[in-house]
This record gives sequence, C-alpha cells and structure tokens, in this order.
Amino acid sequence: MKKLSARRRHPLAALVVLLLALACTGGLYAAFAPAGKAQADETAQSLAIDEGKKLYAVGCASCHGTGGQGTSDGPSLVGVGAAAVDFQVGTGRMPAQQPGAQVPKKKVIYSQAEIDQLASYIASLGAGPSVPSEEKYGPEGADIAKGGELFRTNCAQCHNFTGKGGALTHGKYAPTLEDVDPKHIYEAMQTGPQNMPSFPDTTLSEQNKKDIIAYLDAVNGDETVDPGGLSLGGLGPVSEGLFGWIFGLGACIAVAVWVAARTAKAKKS
Amino acid sequence: MSTAANDAPRSRGKAPAGERVADWADGRLGIYSLAKANMRKIFPDHWSFMLGEICLYSFIIIILTGVYLTLFFHPSMNEVTYHGSYVPMQGQLMSEAYKSTLDISFDVRGGLLIRQIHHWAAIIFLAGMFVHMMRVFFTGAFRKPREINWLFGFLLFVLGMFTGFTGYSLPDDLLSGTGVRFTQGAILSMPVVGTYISMFLFGGEFPGTDFVARFYSIHILLLPGIMLGLVVGHLILVFYHKHTQFAGPGKTNKNVVGMPLLPVYMAKAGGFFFLVFGVIAAVAGLVSVNPIWAIGPYRPDQVSTGAQPDWYMGFAEGLVRAMPGWEINAWGHTLVLGVFIPLVIFGIFLALIALYPFIESWVTGDKREHHILDRPRNAPTRTAFGVAWVTAYMVMLIGGGNDIVATHFHLSINAVTWFVRIGFFAGPVIAFIVTKRICLGLQRRDKEKVLHGRESGIIKRLPHGEFIEVHEPLSQEQLHTLTAHEQYKPAEIGPTVDENGVERKAKGTDKLRAKLSEAYYGEESQIPKPTVEEYKEITSGHGHH
Repeated sequence: MKKLSARRRHPLAALVVLLLALACTGGLYAAFAPAGKAQADETAQSLAIDEGKKLYAVGCASCHGTGGQGTSDGPSLVGVGAAAVDFQVGTGRMPAQQPGAQVPKKKVIYSQAEIDQLASYIASLGAGPSVPSEEKYGPEGADIAKGGELFRTNCAQCHNFTGKGGALTHGKYAPTLEDVDPKHIYEAMQTGPQNMPSFPDTTLSEQNKKDIIAYLDAVNGDETVDPGGLSLGGLGPVSEGLFGWIFGLGACIAVAVWVAARTAKAKKS
Repeated sequence: MSTAANDAPRSRGKAPAGERVADWADGRLGIYSLAKANMRKIFPDHWSFMLGEICLYSFIIIILTGVYLTLFFHPSMNEVTYHGSYVPMQGQLMSEAYKSTLDISFDVRGGLLIRQIHHWAAIIFLAGMFVHMMRVFFTGAFRKPREINWLFGFLLFVLGMFTGFTGYSLPDDLLSGTGVRFTQGAILSMPVVGTYISMFLFGGEFPGTDFVARFYSIHILLLPGIMLGLVVGHLILVFYHKHTQFAGPGKTNKNVVGMPLLPVYMAKAGGFFFLVFGVIAAVAGLVSVNPIWAIGPYRPDQVSTGAQPDWYMGFAEGLVRAMPGWEINAWGHTLVLGVFIPLVIFGIFLALIALYPFIESWVTGDKREHHILDRPRNAPTRTAFGVAWVTAYMVMLIGGGNDIVATHFHLSINAVTWFVRIGFFAGPVIAFIVTKRICLGLQRRDKEKVLHGRESGIIKRLPHGEFIEVHEPLSQEQLHTLTAHEQYKPAEIGPTVDENGVERKAKGTDKLRAKLSEAYYGEESQIPKPTVEEYKEITSGHGHH
C-alpha cells in the first residue's frame, strides 16, 4: 500500500483512475445492458424494428429526421418510448397534416400492427415508457372518487371538470377527453404529448392513473347518465346562459306573443 | 207534520256564498271601493307589455321553489364525508353545504327538478328583466312620470344579479367557489378599504368558515326581501301611472285603450303565469343546469378551465378577462388596476343606463308627461345610444366566455381577447352610427309610405307605353299611426343679451346642452315628417309620380 500511496501524486495517476472507471462502467454495462434480453426474442423484435424503420422512413422521417434525431420541423424521438408513438399515431395526431398551433386528433391511418412496429423502432432508439398493458388502465380495483379528486387537482385546470376540454394560449387547446381510449389517456399522462405536461409514475402513481381513467369513464363515458337531463356540452354557465336566453326566454316570449294575439273580441258598436 | 220554521214566510232567501264572503271581507277591510276603482283598470294589448309579466312570474316561481330548497339545504361549511347515493363522490371530504346540495339532487324527492326549476327560473328571470328593460328603454317608456319606476326596475335587475350570484355560491362547489374567489379578488383590488371589507365579509382569511352561512341569509332573506318590496312598488306605480300605449287612432296621451283588468287580463295573466311556469318546468325537466355533482366540492387549491359565472355576471367576467393585468407597486402597496379598473367600469356602465332618463330629459329640456310610446325609429339618437350600450354589453359577454368561444370556433384565445378589447370601444361607435342610419332610413320609408302609399307590387302599362307601379294609399288609421309622433326642435342656448341689452355669458353647461340637443333633434337626426300641405299636394295631383 505504501507503493500506491507514494505514487498517487504521479502525473499519470489521474489517467489510470479514469481508465479504471471507464473499464468498470463498460464492464457493468456489458453485464446488465439489454443485450441478454434482446437475444431472447431477437427474431420477432428485430423484424418489427426493421418493418417499423421502413414505415418510419416513409411517414415520419421528413420531419423527425432519418434516424429520429429530429429536425427543425419535428422534435427528436430518441427516448420518447413506445407509449408516445402509440398515443400520437394511434389517435391520428401523427403523421401531422400541417404545422400549426397544435396537431389535432384525426383519422388514424396506420393499423395497430403497423403502429406497434413503428413503436418498436422508436423504442429501439432509446429507452422510454412502453405501451401499458390492459390491467394498468382497466377499471378493476380503481377508486372513482379518488380519481375525481386527482383529476380536479391535476387535470381540470386545462381539461375542464369532467374532461370536456378547454382553451390554451395562442390557439392551443386541451382536447376533450370524451371517447378517448383509456389506453391513450394513460399514455398521454405518461408521455405528456404536445402542450401537456407529463405525469410520470413518480408524480402520479400507476394506481392514481387508473383512478383518473375510471373517474373519466364514470362521468364522461359512453354509459354515463346525466341525472339532470341534456348536459349542453358540460361547458358550464356559458352554454346554460345561451340556452336560457334562446330557448327559455325565447319560448316565454313566443308564448307572450301567442297570448297577446288571442284577445277578447272588442264589441263592435 | 210541518214545523213552525217551515211555515214561516221566506223573505228573499240567503245571498250566495261568494257575496256573503265578499260582504264579510268588505266590512272589515274596505276592499269594495279599492276593487271598484281597480278591477276595471284598462291595460293596452301588446306582446311586449308582457315581458315584465315573464319576470314577475319567474320571480314567483323562484320564491316558491326556493322555499322548498331551504327545507333541505344546510348552510354550513363543516367538513363531512360523503356517503350518499352518487358514486363518483363516495368518501370525499366536502362541506355540509355541498353535501346537502348533493342530497337535494339525488336523495330528496323531486329535489333535482326543483333545484333545476329554481336555477333556470333565475336565468330566465334575469334575461327577462334585461329584455323588459330594453323594451322600456327603446320605446321611451321611462320618460316622465315613470323615471322612479325605471330606477325601481333597474334596482331589481342589479339586486337580481347579486341575489343570483349569492345563490349560485351557496352549494360551495368548485365552480362557484372559484367565482367567490374571483369576487374576493375584486374586493381586494379596492384601494385602502378592500382588505378590510374582505376580512369582514369572509370573517377572516378566504375562504374561512362563514361565507356560506352569510351568503345564505343574504340570498334568502335580505335581497329577496328588498326585491319583493321593489316589485310591489313597481306594480303599484304601474297601476298609478297607468300603462303606456303605442300611438294609434283613438289613443291619446290622456287615455288608455285596451281591455279591463277583470275579467280579461285576470284570465290572460293567470293563464300566462301557468304557461311561463310550464315553459320553465319543461326546460328544467329536460335540461341540466349547474350539475354540481360533476363539478366537485370547492377546495382553494383546485380550479377548472371554463369557470364562468351565470350569464348576468358574464359582463363583469368579460371586463376582467379583457383587461391587461396592470398593477402599480409603490411604498409597499399594490394597486391592482387590472381588476380595479374593470370594477369601476362595471359600476359606471350600469349607472349610465340607470341615469339615462334624467340625462335625456336634461338634454331635451322635455319636462312633460308622456304616455304614448315612441317607435324606436322616431327617436334615432336614443335608439342608437341603447344599441351601443347593448353592443358593449354583448361584446363583454363574449369576453367572459372567451375560452369557450376560442375552443368552439377554433380560434386563438388571444385573438378573441383582442377582438373584445377593440370591440368594447369600436363596437358601440359603429353600432351607434349604423343604428342611427337605419332609423333615419326607416323614417324616410314611413314618409314615403304616407305620401305615396304602399307599394302594391302591381306594374301597370299605360296606353302610351309607360310602366308605372301602382301604390295603394294607406288608410286613415295607418296615416295617423305613422305621423302621430312629435318632432322636437333642438334646444337653444337662449338669447345672449338680456332685456336691457346687456350681454349675458352662456354657461358651459348650456352650451353642452345645446350641442347635445342638436345631436338629438338636429337636421342630421330626424327626417321631417310629412306635412298636411305636402300630403294634399301629392294626393290631389293627377296620380302618382
């Protein structure tokens, strides 16, 4: 040990330490890196990646760059994960039709199989959130009331009380969450598409996400019954006021005109 | 087998039950003379005279349903856990006020329907008052002797706004809580007194534990009490002044042509009450309003987008949304102009319409009684002013819902806000000019009709080949109606030298008044109505031009 301590101020000591550290990191990486996993289902996986790469080159590369590195027209896709691809392409937002304040939801042009291939390719560019399995967003074991509270705390300021959507600055908007696939809601929370902040599991746990999705299904799903009758879009007092003026007061005035027109006949003398 | 009683000679027999009751009451209340004087009171017939009735009936409906709601509502901010029948709220912490509103909606028999009737009736009540007020404004029914009644009506509208606001805040849901917070912000923006008022009103820091109970007594007792008194006063004055009427043959400033209160208007008004009740009940039965269960309980750390007040406060909301967020920081104090200026404009804007009758009578110097209504076209400056006022109001309603407008018309919210900012100033000016032009155009049309008759649409070819359109002359009644209005001369400053030839200096207010009067009644502001000579000259001539 004396020898070592005597040489620790040698000019080359730092270099040796650096080399050792590099060797150590490299060795650990080699030991734990996805290499082993990749080998397990190599054929299927790499086939999907290859197919995805082809699809990517045709549909996405013009904006996101040939290797997903991003260009001035589109962000880098390295590390966005399969969940982001499944959301963006699965809701028809990507491929984008035109630049604008926000890319809207539109008709989905890829089949789910193609979307999965694209997702595999993007996932191979760098680690990111993967597509959630069904039990993560299914209704089992979810607390609707808790989900409502979480929704009002984290989501309502942009998406409205029950997810009817709302305006953001300069033409951007938080879309309505009606008829959105629970899987896509989950992925959106995880990846934070476009103007939305992301809510990774450290912010909203898997259980929290499940609760929120269950709440949305309860208040905004296909089988939701509005106890009060027509909901007028669930937009609150603006649509209520408009309805009250046009149909409420309008009907009263129509009735008034009708009553006034039916008067007692004056006696002709 | 006959008894003495039966044998006794019968006099005239007993009076019918109704007469006996009336006799009994008259002996104690003296209602006979009152009824005699008023039962045959004449009311003119026009649908627009029934707008006030819509307000009265919806007000009655609000009171009736409101009484039912007080039986089940708990005005308390104690925190409780919900265990009622609405599943998405199970186990949530909320105030008792919110919980009891959920219970009214889901667990009280008929509760949700009554709640919705109450709320829809309030929306329609305020809208009805707005339209009724505009009817009175545009027909000049606010002129002497009805200025006080105009103020009563205006007060009813403003008190209605605040009664609505306090009621809307009672359920302590997230939407209304946001509105209360907004109001507290407006109170805080008042220099010097703001913080004191806020601390007093909320019993400490916002939200505290008092405001629901306080708003409750304001909402169910204080404001409706004052409003009820004003409504009674309003109606007594309508009786006392007698109703106005539109010009027409046989209708003068000294009579009222129409139908008697009893039986015609009693039947009509009674029927109309049930029709209005029916319309409101149908709307309430079919359409949801303020679904507080979907909105959630109020918590100061939560907020939703699309948080607007009911429509009658939308104007104030719009002013604040459109105003740039200016503030002045000096000597450790902040003056929040971004909120305070809208608050001031809100007051001035409402005061403007309230004081208009007095402004107009000052400008025109007209102190006579008016019982014949103006057609809006025959008072172009007033009509233009009213339309300008309504335009500014409507622009601000758009401003209050700028986010909903933005999302539903796919616009940028910033663009909507800028439209509102510019529109608030430019809109009324454009509306004023356009309305005045339209009024003058309509006056010209009336003049044309009087002088040349109605266009019949029949084209006739004369023997020498000329084509003419046949004009049908109007009937005497129509001619009267179209020319019954009075045309005023602009007020003059008056002689600038007195009787001794000493020069008198015209006061500044006199000059202003002369200018405004010129704007009201100058050559630019009215088309001289056809004179008898003009009419005779044209009608006595050989056919039409």
